[in-house]
Amino acid sequence: MSRYRVAVHIIPREGILDPQGHAVADALRTLGFPGVQDVRVGRHVVVETDADTAEAARTETRAMCERLLANPVIEDFEIASITRS
Amino acid sequence: MRFGIVSFPGSNCDTDAYHAVADALGEEAVMLWHKSHDLAGVDVVILPGGFAYGDYLRAGAIARFSPIMREVVAYAQRGGRVLAICNGFQIACEAGLLPGAFVRNVSQSFICEPVPLRVETTETAFTNAYARGQVVRIPIAHGEGRYVASPAELDALEDAERVVFRYVNAAGEPTADGNPNGAARNIAGIINAAGNVLGIMPHPERAVDATVGGVDGLALFESLVARVAA
Repeated sequence: MSRYRVAVHIIPREGILDPQGHAVADALRTLGFPGVQDVRVGRHVVVETDADTAEAARTETRAMCERLLANPVIEDFEIASITRS
Repeated sequence: MRFGIVSFPGSNCDTDAYHAVADALGEEAVMLWHKSHDLAGVDVVILPGGFAYGDYLRAGAIARFSPIMREVVAYAQRGGRVLAICNGFQIACEAGLLPGAFVRNVSQSFICEPVPLRVETTETAFTNAYARGQVVRIPIAHGEGRYVASPAELDALEDAERVVFRYVNAAGEPTADGNPNGAARNIAGIINAAGNVLGIMPHPERAVDATVGGVDGLALFESLVARVAA
């Protein structure tokens, strides 16, 4: 059993209007970044969990996302990184 | 008739619901603590508005794991009536009692104001005391009130006449300018397929007194009394 640090990105699903992202995109363009096409604002969750392997930690975190951390009606998630801690 | 009102940590409309039932409606109201496993033999469970568990993660996401929610879900699955208001509606969606989810208002602002709603169907235990197509004035108070669901889910709701309340403009039409939060298809309230769980984003319990906010919410509670008495 090892301890893993699993980072998860949760972002609004494509097709769900993200007014926060639009406001940030507007601000960035105003700030002098005219190339900004789109911004989506989501959440970054870091889970420290004990598991036998990194793959087991990934599977477990995926289940956590499906059951609580993300709402599939409105959000997509991706596991950004897994590191031993 | 006995109404049970769930108090979660962070509920702030539970006493409004109590007042609506006990004082305006004149029926029995009992408070149900979130840690309880006992629904006290109630005829209707009210999931009230507020910010249960601080709305951490997402509105309603943590509240659905409250001990009492296990009983509420089982009760609903047995056909028990659940009135889910505002944050209660968000909790009911997270708990799988109703389809869809809620996201931030398009305006990004918390909105607190009375709005016109159209009663889309009176064929429910919650709206039989209204007239079909009646426009009522009920306050909203939410930052994350924009209802979303997949197009297929929205079509299924429409086809089965499960959209119960819609936001409308002054002329009573469900237009974009009559939609305060950007909700899909102007949806303000829906019912589950079995017809025993109603979710409503506006606050009928805040519209039960002529001196403060009008009485357009009272018929929702009267509908429930009429149905149980029948």
